[in-house]
Amino acid sequence: MSTLDVVHLIDKAIIDAPLVTAFAFVGCVVLVSNFLGKHLTGGRVAGSAIAVLAGLALAWVGGAITGKSKGLSDLAEFSGLALMGGAMMRDFTIVATASEVNVEEAKKAGWLGFIALVLGTVLPFVAGVSIAYAFGVRDPIALTTIGAGAITYIVGPITGAAIGASSEIIALSIATGVVKAIIVMVFTPVFARFMRLNNPQAAMVFGGLAGTVSGVSAGLAATDRRLVPYGSLVATFHTGFGCLLGPSVLYLAVKALFS
Amino acid sequence: MVILGTALLAVCYLVGLMVGEGLAAAIGVKANVGGVGIAMLLLIAALHFLQQRGIYAPEMRKGVTFWAAMYIPVVVAVAATQNVIIAVRSGPIALISAVSSVLLCFLVIAVINRVIEKAHIANAAFDVANTGDEP
Repeated sequence: MSTLDVVHLIDKAIIDAPLVTAFAFVGCVVLVSNFLGKHLTGGRVAGSAIAVLAGLALAWVGGAITGKSKGLSDLAEFSGLALMGGAMMRDFTIVATASEVNVEEAKKAGWLGFIALVLGTVLPFVAGVSIAYAFGVRDPIALTTIGAGAITYIVGPITGAAIGASSEIIALSIATGVVKAIIVMVFTPVFARFMRLNNPQAAMVFGGLAGTVSGVSAGLAATDRRLVPYGSLVATFHTGFGCLLGPSVLYLAVKALFS
Repeated sequence: MVILGTALLAVCYLVGLMVGEGLAAAIGVKANVGGVGIAMLLLIAALHFLQQRGIYAPEMRKGVTFWAAMYIPVVVAVAATQNVIIAVRSGPIALISAVSSVLLCFLVIAVINRVIEKAHIANAAFDVANTGDEP
């Protein structure tokens, strides 16, 4: 058998079993990241933080090669990553982490979580609208859509579609939300100490304010694995809450202010 | 049996999402309203019920905890499927509004968490420094 045949054989096995390949691949990424965290940074940077960064870097590589929108999973060999990292598996494993929630701890911060949720919707929206305004955007529909994108990258397009924004503005609002999710993923462990992110209640406040489920869950995973369920519990209400307020209260407020 | 734990998890997930869809339809929103959060509450309640009756078998527990442990690998896959290119290329409005909204939120989180620490609402239930996990 020639080398070419062997390569073809490996390629076929990999493409025929996308999800299994994804498990093996992610396992390798986590293994290397843990090794780097332990030996290169002396344990100062958590392996999972490096793994998430590596994931983003790989997503960039995938996007640069294929020119498509789903990162590394747009390459046939890595298509299983789309299933493993899709909304279904993400939410299924998040729900599973609820088995580690200490009910008494969560109860203590229920109302705090709600306040954080309201602030986490209004503050990013105001920030997004202000920046867009500073860049010369004056149309209330465009302002609202960009502001909604600063809440999460799902709230942006849903709000935009509901109030009739152009596809260009919707793309901009998605980009805003994606950038936000990535910033939260990367900088949560960096600012964890500053945010006093070391107990369940603080994680619930964080989940409500930082919003974006992918960002919150990855950021907490890289900070302290045990905080994940508390933050996610609140953050999962964030998108629904934003989609509720975006096209209604927030749009009307912007319209009243700018037109 | 392991599958019972995973099945329980799956049922909570499905019921939670259905309730979230129902809520969304009831208030006229085009996205699931807190479905995953509701699923988490259902799972917490179900496990509490089973534990109290002493029928949460260790084998069944494995069917839940395996998926909880798969959480970080799944997040790595989530990161690997983000549209990083659009995020990098999107120009100043997206970047600046994202950065400013994150900074604003981090600042407010820092303030609130300092307040609840002082008010003894939050107790550092676990000592993060001891896990060896902290950066």
